[in-house]
Amino acid sequence: MAAAATPSPRTRHSANWLARTAVRAGLTYGLLLAFGALFLLPFLWAITSSLREQGAGVRLPPQFLPTEFHFENYPKVFELIPFARFFRNSVIVTSIAVFGELLSASFVAFGFARMRFPGRNFLFVLLLTTMMIPYPVTMIPSFILWVRGLNMVNTFGPLTLPAFFGPAFSIFLLRQFFMTINTELDEAAKVDGANEFRIYWQIILPLAKPALATIAIFSFIANWNDFLTPLIYLSDSNLYTLALGINFLRNFRGGGELSYQMAATVMFVTPCIIIYFLSQRFVIEGIVTTGLKG
Amino acid sequence: MAQAALSARGKSGWLGSRLARREALIGYIFISPWLIGFIVFLAGPILASAFLSFTQYKPGLSPVWVGFANYTRMFGDDLFYHSLRVTSVYTLISVPLGLIVALALAMLLNQKVPGQRFFRTVFYMPSLISGVAVAIVFAWIFNTRYGIVNYAISLLGLTGPSWLADPDWTLYAFVLMSLWAVGGTVVIFIAALQGVPVALYEAAELDGATGWRKFWHITLPMISPVILFALITGVIATFQTFSVAYIITNGGPANASLFYLLYLYRNAFSWFEMGYASALAWLLFLIIAICSGILLRSSDMWVHYEGLGKK
Repeated sequence: MAAAATPSPRTRHSANWLARTAVRAGLTYGLLLAFGALFLLPFLWAITSSLREQGAGVRLPPQFLPTEFHFENYPKVFELIPFARFFRNSVIVTSIAVFGELLSASFVAFGFARMRFPGRNFLFVLLLTTMMIPYPVTMIPSFILWVRGLNMVNTFGPLTLPAFFGPAFSIFLLRQFFMTINTELDEAAKVDGANEFRIYWQIILPLAKPALATIAIFSFIANWNDFLTPLIYLSDSNLYTLALGINFLRNFRGGGELSYQMAATVMFVTPCIIIYFLSQRFVIEGIVTTGLKG
Repeated sequence: MAQAALSARGKSGWLGSRLARREALIGYIFISPWLIGFIVFLAGPILASAFLSFTQYKPGLSPVWVGFANYTRMFGDDLFYHSLRVTSVYTLISVPLGLIVALALAMLLNQKVPGQRFFRTVFYMPSLISGVAVAIVFAWIFNTRYGIVNYAISLLGLTGPSWLADPDWTLYAFVLMSLWAVGGTVVIFIAALQGVPVALYEAAELDGATGWRKFWHITLPMISPVILFALITGVIATFQTFSVAYIITNGGPANASLFYLLYLYRNAFSWFEMGYASALAWLLFLIIAICSGILLRSSDMWVHYEGLGKK
């Protein structure tokens, strides 16, 4: 849905006013086009560069327009690095993490939104507070816990399991959403003998699909792009996610080629872009209603 | 925002203490994943991190209690000062600049122009690919000799700087990169701008207010809570800058992009100085908390909350 603009009820238009409005609209449009071009440029440049011949990265003057179409650069990336394996690793890690986040966050959010228990408000404020804690503070002990305590270095455990323990922001978001769902449905289900777990699973979750979709997308993008966590926990290159993999390409095996790097990068970002476009409506609305920074 | 609208619902189901106990128990079951996660992945590590910050600890060896030595060590650590300065300068430039650009774009988008949705998508798209991809693309774009930025500058008859190879320019290259990802803030600002009642502008117009005055006296105060939010989250995020600096310059040239978290990472995972790194992490925590606190306190002076009376 396009952002609903409220039309201002102007009635009397003087010629002067119309002229000023026209100039203003022209100026606005010009600026939007200029900024839009600046924002699109890196994308377009990456795509055209991915199709250039070898050595194009050190050619003068640098080129921008699509003049060459070396599509073979894309399969070449699969030879230079185990791209398919990295891709598979990223898909595994991301889908497990997204699934875990959706499941646990909705479960916990239901507790905060629908159940009454002592300490609920305190715990909810605590949950909000934890969102302010910077990752570096827990980074080192978490590393020790995973590596020495759980012996899970070079596994996907540290990248996926925490998602099953209710990421705070998603809980907050879903709790806010659940609060807007009328409790009459719950009450009716209760009368029919449904317990809380069935209400959660069969009534609230289906109604919360838009909110769940928003969380799934943000979680997907965050996990897909995550660099620091895999960097810390994965040293076996067989387990690299794509984020590590394309940086690996950059540093090794003749990956200094502009065209190969860009081909790999384009393939890396494509899933995020596709998912965004498939669900753009949810994402933008999700940000608007929650104030989330992308 | 987080409204504690907990009360107005189902009082009829509240029959007695046995039922209440049952509900409480089930409530705790529902929140247990988070509670366990909080203890295992947050509270525990935070306490452990506080403890480690008072020790000398290398993985495989037992931590040795050293008191405040890690904290006093910072005072004599030039790289610590340097990384703190790099990060602070970067934050001081990129956060306000990012807000200004985001607000400008949001205001442009808030005009009723055709293709508004298209432009919104264009501005938001870079936010989808933060991290590695941005780093790899911009490492080329900012290349001194072969990059398109300097090529564009040369078309104007000027010579571009050695962005990522010149210590005086590296941070500015990073600032420009960060501006590419303002889309998330733009979207929030658009929402805020659309929440400003049109009646306010119309009343001001009747009083003869011009565009600039309307912006200064209506738009800014009305969206100031969102600006505060963007400011705080922005500061928290920039103080934790890591991936881009790690990938593009790895702290260089001449430590010009040695961001705080990069220095912390090196201490922890390159040199295995985990005690010292924990102390650095705690200081980062403290800095972020103080910055957020100052911003929140200062907000009394400049943030306008509708419904709390006019200032």
